[in-house]
Amino acid sequence: MTVASTTQLVCFVILSSTLVLGSLAVVLLPNIVYSAFLLAGVFLSVAGLYLLLNASFVAAAQVLVYVGAVNVLILFAIMLVNKKENLDPIPGMAVRRLLSAAVCAGLLVLLIRVAITTPWALPGPIPVGEDATIRIGEHLFSDYLLPFELASVLLLMSMIGAIVLARRDVFSSDIITGEPADQILIEKERSPMLLEPNDPAPLRSSP
Amino acid sequence: MTAEAIPLQAYLTVAAFLFCIGVWGLINSRNAVRVLMCIELMLNAVNLNLMAFSNYLDGQLVRGQVFAIFVITVAAAEAAVGLAILLSLYRNRETVDMEKFNLLRW
Repeated sequence: MTVASTTQLVCFVILSSTLVLGSLAVVLLPNIVYSAFLLAGVFLSVAGLYLLLNASFVAAAQVLVYVGAVNVLILFAIMLVNKKENLDPIPGMAVRRLLSAAVCAGLLVLLIRVAITTPWALPGPIPVGEDATIRIGEHLFSDYLLPFELASVLLLMSMIGAIVLARRDVFSSDIITGEPADQILIEKERSPMLLEPNDPAPLRSSP
Repeated sequence: MTAEAIPLQAYLTVAAFLFCIGVWGLINSRNAVRVLMCIELMLNAVNLNLMAFSNYLDGQLVRGQVFAIFVITVAAAEAAVGLAILLSLYRNRETVDMEKFNLLRW
């Protein structure tokens, strides 16, 4: 075993243990701010695994998009909805957790069994290594051109959709007819709309 | 150059761990933000599988890497829209508890 392969093995073990422990902590930690910062660590170790797999461009994209954008977005969302609330206990939560853990363990065993018993066509072609970025560019502008353009349309749609969904104001006049908008709706906008009434009994009893 | 040091099955096993942790968290989280984080974990597991196959089985035409880039794009769009939905949901219901979002419960 050469020095290079030993180094790779050590890096792989460190990165994958960071990945698994970090993702467990993301799921299990009670404080969600810690979870969000550990999620950045998980994304970074995934990027390190991409580097081990000869994919420097995708590793850079992973760091830029996930750590730089998605994780910051999640942190902003945590700050915007940061209200201490005591979650009501639900009957049977422990049973639900155990059952879902059993199902997930079964899924894990199935996936690992498939990964080990499948006769993969190894060794495959020699990896292109550092030329992978050039190959990705050729793919994106020849045979994957249509998905590439559709991805740009998708990003535009999601940007507009996110703005429309997250905006707060209510129009004072109807957009289509130009008439004054329903005042009840505006009043409801000032108070939280879909909150359950404190005493739901009259609603239920009414025919 | 990595074909001997680390087997393909090791990457697939790590990705399977990541995916199963994501599924468990998705089912059991009560905070809506954590649900979105678990979805990102699952997408990363899928991406790791794609990259491993791209390196080991498709070394010349790196189609798995192109797929991974598209998955990253869709994941970014999904995170933006998901968090916007979460914000407007929080504005209406004043909570992020997944168990309270039961308007559509049959």
